[in-house]
Amino acid sequence: MQVRVRLFAGLRERFGAEEILLDDLPGDATVSTVRAILESRCPDLRGLPAAAAVNLAYVPGDRRLEEGDEVALLPPVSGG
Amino acid sequence: MNASFVLTRARIDVGALAPEVRTDEDGAVATFVGTARRTSQGRRVLRLEYEAYEPMVRAEMARIFADARDRFRVGEVRVVHRVGLVPIGEASIAIAVAAPHRADALGACRHLIDRIKETVPIWKKEVFEDGAAWGGDRS
Repeated sequence: MQVRVRLFAGLRERFGAEEILLDDLPGDATVSTVRAILESRCPDLRGLPAAAAVNLAYVPGDRRLEEGDEVALLPPVSGG
Repeated sequence: MNASFVLTRARIDVGALAPEVRTDEDGAVATFVGTARRTSQGRRVLRLEYEAYEPMVRAEMARIFADARDRFRVGEVRVVHRVGLVPIGEASIAIAVAAPHRADALGACRHLIDRIKETVPIWKKEVFEDGAAWGGDRS
């Protein structure tokens, strides 16, 4: 399974990319799986607070992913 | 309620908003303008930089407008949020709400800015003389 992952603000800066593709995810992968993979590639991300969105809506960390999903990790928002 | 939302990299024309939303059915227009502040947590801010997850911002604004529509009796609503560099003193967001009565205009305006700050995926970077920080205070 492949998903697109988007990163923002401090997460984007620490990871060094705004978008990556993750291939070969297991069929039961969740948002938390994605976060764990990113943290294994970039330990600097550990402990940073982030909400998650799938296909432009907030979801809990145990949300199961599907082929082609767009997953976003969202640090605490500060617009306005 | 007829709501519009704009994300722009250009300076917001704050004065234009209220006349744009008002009709002869309205007895009140409430506006909110958020501006880039010189000082944050005791440090001197040089400028702000805003980043947005644009497609989700639009989706989230649609949900917020739908919720406001259920709660308040209002006419025209406009929200403009700036992204990219915002110099000190200029507006990062402007909201205008027209309604037949003031309670709905003021209530909806307050509700909109509070919800936007809670859930809309936009991030502010404060650039200081000696560094930068995401987020700033939550007030």
